[in-house]
Amino acid sequence: MRELCEFTKLIRSKNAGPFELTFDIMFKDENCFREVMSSGKLSAELIAQLYRVDRKQVRFWVIESLLTVKISIPRPVFSGDVDDTDVYGGQFHGPLVRLPVEAD
Amino acid sequence: MKKIRAIAATGNLSTGFREETLVRAVQQGAHFIGCDAGTTDSGPYYLGSGNPRGPREGTKRNLRLMIREALNAGIPVIIGSAGHAGGTPHLNWTLEIVRELARENAWHFTLAAIDSEVPKEHLLKAFLAGRIAPLCPAPELHETSIRQAERFVAMMGIEPIQSALNAGAQVVVAGRCSDVAIYAALPVLEGIPKHVAFHAGKILECGSAAVAQRFYSDCMAAELDQDGFTVEPPNPTFRCTPQSVAAHTLYENADPYHLIESGGVVDTTAAKYEATSDRAVRVSGARFIPSEKYTVKIEGAALAGYRSIVVAGIRDPLVLRQLEPFLSSLRTVVERKIEDNLKLSRDAYTLQFRVYGSNGSLGQAEPCPQVEGHEVGLIIDVVAPSQSLAADILPIVWHTGLHHPIPEQQGLISNLAFPFSPPGADMGPVYRFCANHVWQLDDPCKPFRMAIEHL
Repeated sequence: MRELCEFTKLIRSKNAGPFELTFDIMFKDENCFREVMSSGKLSAELIAQLYRVDRKQVRFWVIESLLTVKISIPRPVFSGDVDDTDVYGGQFHGPLVRLPVEAD
Repeated sequence: MKKIRAIAATGNLSTGFREETLVRAVQQGAHFIGCDAGTTDSGPYYLGSGNPRGPREGTKRNLRLMIREALNAGIPVIIGSAGHAGGTPHLNWTLEIVRELARENAWHFTLAAIDSEVPKEHLLKAFLAGRIAPLCPAPELHETSIRQAERFVAMMGIEPIQSALNAGAQVVVAGRCSDVAIYAALPVLEGIPKHVAFHAGKILECGSAAVAQRFYSDCMAAELDQDGFTVEPPNPTFRCTPQSVAAHTLYENADPYHLIESGGVVDTTAAKYEATSDRAVRVSGARFIPSEKYTVKIEGAALAGYRSIVVAGIRDPLVLRQLEPFLSSLRTVVERKIEDNLKLSRDAYTLQFRVYGSNGSLGQAEPCPQVEGHEVGLIIDVVAPSQSLAADILPIVWHTGLHHPIPEQQGLISNLAFPFSPPGADMGPVYRFCANHVWQLDDPCKPFRMAIEHL
């Protein structure tokens, strides 16, 4: 079993304004990109489940020209609110880094 | 064919750039120097409190170099989102630095200040007239929440900046402002099409962030024409690649292809990024889709309470293996004590145990909150209606937690390792963002008040 970070050159999360989080996952090369995408492990369903948001609220783009997957979700807690844990939203990608990705 | 050269001094006015890079960028030819000074990224505190994020000395140094180079070259300087949040106090803080620089250096120029703070009564009027609409997601906004909020700002588009330039301003200091508008205002005024100017603005707004490997924050430059723009870092050791520039279009933006701005949407679906050298990238093919109604975004912050915190470590494995029940029984005990001692019911304040080593970073969104390490860090976090109440609640919590029993240890135990004496601190007021709305305008300049000053 290999992990997502073995295939990528960048996995990051960041606020897209105080009310949304956005994830950018950039792959090392075309093979890495194809292998992960064909595994079906990285999907809008996974994000919905992992971050406990409604599947319909997950926006998921596969940008082939950049070998990149971009995902945006509403923030579980608005940035800086009394019970927020990450004002910049910069650590929400943590659970994705070691995501098990099956090879074909 | 008319070409406009735009320089971004850096991604955020407080972070800085190298003097030699800015000098070189201006020498290569420039029509203006822009810089973004704000963001909502650091949370609602700055908008709510009216405090700038600073630092003052760094901001002053950067403004000094930008204004000096611009005055020498006879080109304008455009600062957006002054003082971080772009409210009246943030604008005034920045203007004071600019005036100080003019005095110290015997500079004479025309200064335009554009105030973007929206008085509550103005916003209320617009709200009641049905001209304020929520974005998604958004906190609920109503008459009471508008009245109770601390401060609102409207995010200006290109038009107020263009008015300032038309009025002969050599230095424009704008309150809350779209990052892209800082860089699109002058080119559009000079006849560059919006799809070029706005897309270039998005690439420039973070300064050197669009390079392949950013070693430190520095300047960025772009040359815009009728068909597209070429972006090339003025620092000779930095490089832009088609990949690095295209990737930057994604940054901090929820949708990779559609950038929503006041007045329209920049659609980059068909954008092309081509290397013109090993350091420069030509960008073309974006579309600008004008919106039916002109809107500006509204940001607001409201007071949520006052915070006091304590920092502690927990190392005893017997406590760690039952951490969740330990903290929930501690909560039950302290809620009763707070009620007895301070006559405060538990809904009158917020008590949070933030456990680092469990779910400190992600909170409820953490998929694996179980404790696996040999210790955890604990922040006891109290938010109450006044600072003195928060400060009164806090010792009840930490002192009770210090000696809170577990079944395996018989006798008085001390569970919390405090690194500090006193163990905690008052954190001051806490704010929350209370608006993510748009305001429909007939005149894009209407809510923004411009003042011209001859220094």
